[in-house]
Amino acid sequence: MAKVLIPTPLRQYVDKKDSVDVTGSTVGEVLTSLTTQYPDLRKNLYTDEGKLRSFVNIYVNDEDIRYMSKDATSVAEADTVTIVPSIAGGF
Amino acid sequence: MSTLAPPAAAQLSKEEILRYSRHLIMPEVGMDGQLKLKQAKVLLIGTGGLGAPLGMYLAAAGIGRIGLVDFDVVDYTNLQRQVIHGTSDVGRKKLDSAADTMREINPHIDIDKHEVALSSENALGILKDYDIVIDGTDNFPTRYLVNDACILLGKVNVYGSIFRFEGQSTVFGYPGGPCYRCLYPEPPPPGLVPSCAEGGVLGILPGVVGLIQATEAVKLILGKGEPLIGRLLLYDALNMRFRELRLRKNPVCPICGDNRTIHQLIDYHQFCGIPQHEPAPESGVSENEIEVTALKAKMDRGEKFVLVDVREPHEYQICKMPNSVLIPLGDVAKRVNELNSADEIYVHCKSGMRSAKACDFLRQSGFKKVKNVKGGILAWSDKVDPSVPKY
Repeated sequence: MAKVLIPTPLRQYVDKKDSVDVTGSTVGEVLTSLTTQYPDLRKNLYTDEGKLRSFVNIYVNDEDIRYMSKDATSVAEADTVTIVPSIAGGF
Repeated sequence: MSTLAPPAAAQLSKEEILRYSRHLIMPEVGMDGQLKLKQAKVLLIGTGGLGAPLGMYLAAAGIGRIGLVDFDVVDYTNLQRQVIHGTSDVGRKKLDSAADTMREINPHIDIDKHEVALSSENALGILKDYDIVIDGTDNFPTRYLVNDACILLGKVNVYGSIFRFEGQSTVFGYPGGPCYRCLYPEPPPPGLVPSCAEGGVLGILPGVVGLIQATEAVKLILGKGEPLIGRLLLYDALNMRFRELRLRKNPVCPICGDNRTIHQLIDYHQFCGIPQHEPAPESGVSENEIEVTALKAKMDRGEKFVLVDVREPHEYQICKMPNSVLIPLGDVAKRVNELNSADEIYVHCKSGMRSAKACDFLRQSGFKKVKNVKGGILAWSDKVDPSVPKY
């Protein structure tokens, strides 16, 4: 089980949890398990065409998957997957 | 606007030496460092949640010239976090209020007031006179604008953003380092990510994040320590946890990459999917809307209808309209069976935006007799029942 850290704006779609443990050996599998368990999360992570949204970054431990193997990036048991969406607040 | 003064010209007065004593006696700052701070020119974009602690501490630290960009007026909802403004400042221009507070903290600094909304037309002209830009804005178009202007001018951009209990901070635009577009190539479509005004923010949070930005700015000026370049710092106040993620320069970034495609500022509202010219609010009501006064008249006549409140339960606790049924917007789809399409249905929220979405959904679901309460509970408080608190 990999741990997925859920950022505040998306917690409303995962029963208000701040992290969810899901199975999967790649980022693609982990996110599929996650969005199968929480279908409402799907449209916030993916476009209608099934592409990861460009204002949502996914990290395995501290590395951005865009600079690894994207969806195919491997995820080990002890790894942490972090979802980091764009936030703009400052006022 | 002045240019960078030669180092030899700068010196500290007797009063300044006493004031900056705790800096002068530490080797990491010392006289050289304090003179660097005095000669530094820093631009703060926004004097709100992040800008408040930034302005106060950077003034206290002795940054010689601080530019402020804001066009807003202080209101009561600002005071929970924007500590540079006080209760007696409500109604004043934020620029005046912030500058007064900063001058009271440190009269030895210069403050430039830029009373404008930063735009593609004025950004380069304002930013060019400063060494470091600190982004304390609250919307995506301005954040991309600030990023692009900094990259085009070769300025460092100290970034911070906040939402509820979470903050992000990093340093963009350092030579060889990543920029905001490397982190997020595109903004979210409008409506998908709530702003602080919609989603709320813990009042203390911008204090912490703003001071991380202030710390980075001071370090960059002093040339000391390890700045947050290529590192994205995440702060989770609720769990009191700091994390750091690797932030890489995107080799194909359209503005800071090797083959840039953006050579000048663009239309950032269009880029963010926001219509450039918002249609002026209509004075009348559309056929899908009802005025609060008309709704009140229906109540007084005892007419039969269902009033649905699509706000969140914690908002319902703050105030409510008489005999309303609470169905938060996110639950409307799954609770639609609780409503009868034969009934006359009026839907309201805080200001009318969320209820408009709920009305659209209900109409698509076959409800014909559904109308949006124009202006929401804020209009109700303004025009019908002033005892209903506004928030």
